[in-house]
Amino acid sequence: MVEKKIKLMQGNEACVEAAITAGMKFYAGYPITPSTEIAELSAEKLPKVGGRFIQMEDEIASISAIIGASIAGVKSMTATSGPGFSLKQEGIGYAVITETPCVIVNVQRGGPSTGLPTAPGQGDIMQARWGTHGDHSIIALYPWSVKEIYDITIKAFNLSEKYRTPVILLLDEVIGHMRESIELPEADEIEIYNRKRPSCLPEDYKPYRVKEGDLVPEMAGFGEGYRFHVTGLVHGETGFPTSNSKIAEELVRRLVGKIEDNKDDIVETDEYLLDDADIAIVAFGSTARAAKSAVDTLREEGLKVGLFRPITIWPLADKQLVDLSKKVNRLVVVEMNVGQYYLEVDRVAGKYTKVDKYGRVSGELITPQEIVDFIKEV
Amino acid sequence: MLHQELRLTGSGGQGLILAGIILAEAALYDGLNVVQSQSYGPEARGGASKAEVIISNKEINFPKVDKCDLMLALTQTACDKYIDSIKPNGILIMDKSIPNVPVREDITIYLVPIIETAMNSLGYPMVSNVIALGTIYEITKIVSKASLEKAVCNRIPRGTEELNIKALEEGYNLIRNHKEECFGHGCRFN
Repeated sequence: MVEKKIKLMQGNEACVEAAITAGMKFYAGYPITPSTEIAELSAEKLPKVGGRFIQMEDEIASISAIIGASIAGVKSMTATSGPGFSLKQEGIGYAVITETPCVIVNVQRGGPSTGLPTAPGQGDIMQARWGTHGDHSIIALYPWSVKEIYDITIKAFNLSEKYRTPVILLLDEVIGHMRESIELPEADEIEIYNRKRPSCLPEDYKPYRVKEGDLVPEMAGFGEGYRFHVTGLVHGETGFPTSNSKIAEELVRRLVGKIEDNKDDIVETDEYLLDDADIAIVAFGSTARAAKSAVDTLREEGLKVGLFRPITIWPLADKQLVDLSKKVNRLVVVEMNVGQYYLEVDRVAGKYTKVDKYGRVSGELITPQEIVDFIKEV
Repeated sequence: MLHQELRLTGSGGQGLILAGIILAEAALYDGLNVVQSQSYGPEARGGASKAEVIISNKEINFPKVDKCDLMLALTQTACDKYIDSIKPNGILIMDKSIPNVPVREDITIYLVPIIETAMNSLGYPMVSNVIALGTIYEITKIVSKASLEKAVCNRIPRGTEELNIKALEEGYNLIRNHKEECFGHGCRFN
């Protein structure tokens, strides 16, 4: 029956459905608008699949709990919005250096601080990249529809397992709260990646040794008989702290390199009517939906405009942006902030073409008409 | 081409977001594309609340409603706030409890006792939203009756199906039996 498969679903709901399909067995969180439905539905659904939900006392406890759960061997997730995302940054850094797979959802609202709780924003683009201290790289993904939230949530789990890294899933109030139709894929259509477990005997296990040809160290579950030490301090293959400068240099470079050197695998972008375009709009999340409408309107008026949509926000799709900038006369970055991604786009594409920005921070989604007017002006 | 944008407005707690979801789901059953969204203040009850539904046979990109084809208003505040967002030739369905009927000669206004019917005929003020859906159906036929009834039953608490189907029928009848007052551009009583 058609009805069984096609459902009216909210974005936040699709995130939870997908997380469970991807194998999430643990959720810890502290509810905050506009992400609360993710906590609510995880509380409802996880016990039914043998998983656990816990509401922690705050956001720092929540990220700590999901890191612990992941080290114990289960896939885990937390969700929040801007104010909570700030608090989770310390834990994100800990997950980076301990190479603990986990997914952190940030349903963005207007900021800074408690800002506009029920209104959309895209002001956490740079915080997703550099919110936690120290040299590191990060994976951040940003879908634009309910269906894509489903697919990209699964991808977030897969990448976190494959690269042993925290993955940030960026949403915004508009796509998190809106409902649209979704056809859920069959189980055999979905690819699930699970972390590589140790292939050696427990007594031979070196928790942070990367085997020849592997991306990351094999990961044992805490309590499964493989003894290991976990620390936020710089550590060698044994997992114990060291201040050996050679080891420190190698560790940080490996953590950054495992992501930056695998962009071909990680980076996903989408485009619309770019083949003959003179002007390309760069937009993501709900703003990209307004941009797509604007492209249609401008095309009807004879202007050759297209849309470039990074789904992988971090690492930056620099190769694709450079290629694009050599083809078009102008790039226009449209985002619900005062110009965050614009700076990155301008950095890599600015030497080949003119880059403009259009932003809004009123708590209202940018409209197609605004984009049309801006592009006609430039 | 079918493309209708609807805005349901009132105050928090009146069930307007649920009404939006039901309407969207009914359209989905009819095989149409649909996007439902909402906005509300930080309050649990009271404060302005609105739900928006876009129903189209084309792909829907921009998910928000700017100018709407039809608006439902259950409070004066919401009516005043959004009256200018109705397109020329559009429709306003407003509750009869709203004292000040707006002046818009270019739209059709239906003044309907939705809340009163919920309280007095059915005894449950919380079914106002479903009665309102009945009036929207009777005026626009934007979704099929079977889909609407199915969507209502799918989204309301189990055990209240009979009450809610009755509420839908009250909504149909308010328009069918001319319990409404009608003004403006497209009014059939002109």
